[in-house]
Amino acid sequence: MDLEYQLIIPEFVMAGLAVLVIAAALAFRNVDQKWFGYATAAALAVIAVVTAVAYWNTNDDFGGVLAVDHFTVLFRVFFLGIAFFTVMAAVQFAGDRLKNHAEFYGLIVFATLGMMLLAASRELLTAYLSLELLSFSFYILVGFNKLNPFSNEGSLKYMLLGAFSSALMLYGISLIYGVTGTTTYSAIGPDVVEGTRNIAGQLASFAGGSGGVDPDGARPGLLIGLVLITAGLGFKVSAVPFHQWTPDAYQGAPLPITAFLSAGGKAAAFAFFLRLFSEAFLPAAAEWVWFVGILAAVTMIVGNLMALQQTNFKRLMAYSSISQVGYLLVGIVALDAANITQSQDAASALVLHLIGYVTTNIAVFAAIIAFYNRTGRDDIVDLRGLAERQPFLAFAIAAALFSLAGMPLFAGFATKFIIFQAAFNNGFLWLGAIGVTASFVSLYYYLMVIKQMYLYEPEGSDRARFHVSRPLAGALVVLVAGVLFIGLYPTPLFDVIHSSTEGLFEQAAALSAAVVGG
Amino acid sequence: MDAGEALLLLLLIPGAAMLLTILVPSRHADVVRWIALVATTATLIDSIWIFAVYDFAEGGYQFNLQYPWIENIAFLGENGISLHLAVDGIAAPMVLLNGLVGFAGVLVSWKITHRVKDFFILFMALFTGVYGVYIGQDLFFWFFAYELAVLPMYLLIVIWGSTNKEYGAMKLTMVLVGGSVLIFIGIFAVFAEAGAGTFDMAVLREIEFGRGFANTFFPFFMIGCGILAGLFPFHTWSPDGHVAAPTAVSMLHAGVLMKLGAFGIIRLGMEILPAGTDFWMPVLLVLGGVAAVYGAISAIHQTDLKFVIGYSSVSHMGFVLMGLGTMNNIGVNGAVLQMFSHGVMTALFFAMVGGLYDQAHTRDIRVFGGLVRKMPLFVIFFGIAGLTSLGLPGLSGFVAEFHIFVGTIDTFPLFAALGILSAALTAIYVLRLMGRAALGPFNPRWENLKDLTRWEIAAAIVLIAPIIAMGIWPDPFIDRIAPTVAELPKIDQIGGLFTLSSLTGR
Repeated sequence: MDLEYQLIIPEFVMAGLAVLVIAAALAFRNVDQKWFGYATAAALAVIAVVTAVAYWNTNDDFGGVLAVDHFTVLFRVFFLGIAFFTVMAAVQFAGDRLKNHAEFYGLIVFATLGMMLLAASRELLTAYLSLELLSFSFYILVGFNKLNPFSNEGSLKYMLLGAFSSALMLYGISLIYGVTGTTTYSAIGPDVVEGTRNIAGQLASFAGGSGGVDPDGARPGLLIGLVLITAGLGFKVSAVPFHQWTPDAYQGAPLPITAFLSAGGKAAAFAFFLRLFSEAFLPAAAEWVWFVGILAAVTMIVGNLMALQQTNFKRLMAYSSISQVGYLLVGIVALDAANITQSQDAASALVLHLIGYVTTNIAVFAAIIAFYNRTGRDDIVDLRGLAERQPFLAFAIAAALFSLAGMPLFAGFATKFIIFQAAFNNGFLWLGAIGVTASFVSLYYYLMVIKQMYLYEPEGSDRARFHVSRPLAGALVVLVAGVLFIGLYPTPLFDVIHSSTEGLFEQAAALSAAVVGG
Repeated sequence: MDAGEALLLLLLIPGAAMLLTILVPSRHADVVRWIALVATTATLIDSIWIFAVYDFAEGGYQFNLQYPWIENIAFLGENGISLHLAVDGIAAPMVLLNGLVGFAGVLVSWKITHRVKDFFILFMALFTGVYGVYIGQDLFFWFFAYELAVLPMYLLIVIWGSTNKEYGAMKLTMVLVGGSVLIFIGIFAVFAEAGAGTFDMAVLREIEFGRGFANTFFPFFMIGCGILAGLFPFHTWSPDGHVAAPTAVSMLHAGVLMKLGAFGIIRLGMEILPAGTDFWMPVLLVLGGVAAVYGAISAIHQTDLKFVIGYSSVSHMGFVLMGLGTMNNIGVNGAVLQMFSHGVMTALFFAMVGGLYDQAHTRDIRVFGGLVRKMPLFVIFFGIAGLTSLGLPGLSGFVAEFHIFVGTIDTFPLFAALGILSAALTAIYVLRLMGRAALGPFNPRWENLKDLTRWEIAAAIVLIAPIIAMGIWPDPFIDRIAPTVAELPKIDQIGGLFTLSSLTGR
């Protein structure tokens, strides 16, 4: 087999970069630690640009294990971007409050590598390993502030539940392998068609009372495996009821890691989710769509209702991100086995919302990091009078929160509009209606934060105006501009996304043609 | 008429003013004010031009302008989402109204000194959003503008408001956005049902939606938009919001924003889902009638000037909804006239109350008396607004309400009686207010009051001119509104188009 190894050079470079950053700390002991951060950020930016330019029109599937297609490249660049902004936002924070900076940045690079591989995986074990690389990096990063008991608690909870969810997922994978005899998406797909047809046939024969059970036919193992994998993924993306670790991990983690976790971790899990469900499980959509639908609805409702009572900003953002997962799951529900065009629309809508959400969330966290650098506080009431002390930060936070609530001018409005419309077009009126109502509820708690910043005068001993460090301010400007741009003119981004999701459904299209034909 | 760029300017000028204001350092408050004044002057001129040039002999939608925004991708077909602007005979007076009230709003905001820059940025966002709703012809952008008009209210009230402002602002925002949730769902449903792959209203209007579908989703638009128009029983946000809001925001809010609701019922409900009107419009008429009486009775009981006007707005918007509910040409005509008339009148009311409150720091009617001795101009202007409100012939309120009552008598005589009763109730609270605060024995506590500032006088004149113009010569308005109304689907034709014009000396 002639494999084009040059296509996964970015992944190799990332692995090398991670090791290099960590090793460099041993060699350059007297260098100001912040340069490790800026060097990492610069390297990430270069890799992102090169990947975007050089790899867009490449395609290879590495024997069904990894795919380097538009989807992979889009997500590579996306993850590199997330890592870049996280590092930019983290430099001052790490300098003030963390030790072992090089390891910190190295682990971020490792986590990013895991994300990139995850988006490219087309084989269950490869995906699992990538997910573990990502998760292990995060377990350490969440507990990186090792003198802080919250950080330790969050890390421990995250690790225990993460291990549990990995076990669930592995068990699901083993069931799928047992039933289908393969772990590659491309081979599972046709088998799923066969399997579901048999389940349906069996149910029909039960209903008919003939009692004739075809011993080779029904494969409940497939369905159970599917449920287990969904549950495992539910943990990773923190969908209700698998969300319990999220608030603690978010609160305990150092702020830049909270940002990275809420942006990168979610985006990677959704890239995996989307590729798995559209390439391998799409033909069985009728079997899973109802429970993913319920998962989405419950996640939107519970996430938003829990967020209403939070007083800590990080916990608020944790629940807010849970509710955003609900909106993203709507995109999965809108996948339709019988209608490939609709499926691709839904997948594109999901990715668009994902990018909008991630940009917005990093913007919020970058602004909060800047605030935290100055004050060391992260309760919602601590934001009082921020509009007087630092109007730009207050504006950035307000804009980003309005975007999360789905208000016009900002990314959230356009992307939610498109993702909910995808659900409506697939007949999920109730789910879209819950989504719209849930995002209306979310406006309340976002407004409570905005009120603190704009309504009240600054309190406490430190009321002076303050400056934000230049690199962080620059990153923040770019992020807020991105939020506005996606909100006002998502067309170019949507075009790119739409062309990148095309590859996900080639197989399903061929299969459904075959089914219709046969 | 093909000069759609004039419509685009309505969005670009305040948008550019907003950006420009962001760039001005906040210590140059006067520069910020002048930018706002120049921008609103320009939009006012543009609005007048659009109103004047709208070709009523031709009718229909004019000034069409369409730029594709996202098309031929995913579920979107040709012109899937486009920036499509146009005005018809109903939108033209509304555009003029927004121009007038926005301009006057800047004038009375001249004396704001706290965070001037932020104020005008948000003011311009609100102003742009309102224009966007009146001229938008694409559901995506229509809804975009609708939310944009509602959203800045929260910050405007919370930062610059008074009297229980946190409560009022949150209540207003949550109730209004709650209404827009319904609209949002309705828009999605209409798009999915139409299957045309476009949010362009011009296309959706041509599609005949089934009766069952229309009956199900008409109330999403009727209630969703109706909430913003003070539809009973969802009106309670309105007085609280009015009282809490700063003067200029109350003006825009009662003067223009509430009209967006009634306008939305016409645009989304009556035009896109006409099959639902048979069942739902009588409901709207009943609710409007209840609001008219209930608002008037509530206003009688209030002691805070702004609460009086707030409830009077609910009452007057009840007339608008009644007029729409008649579904005949005269009633709907009257509703649109009332939207304009009430818009300028109530803006004048709030401008005057603001002028008083800024000096007296109270709005309690009971403590005032004999203000005419100190503030003669205030009393004159306030009196004109009051007389318009109670429907004095020769002023705009009479023309509008007369149409509504004529329309209602034809279909629901009982409710016409109810409406006339509430007009009588209006006379009670307006005259009581005038008698108590403006005339009556002078309260020496107010020895130091000064009359209105020149900015306020200018604002008042800008608002009074159309009140009188429409009162004595309503033809320019009716000429534009009536043919458009007559072309709405499912409108009963009772009598000739210009029934009232003949009465008012045409």
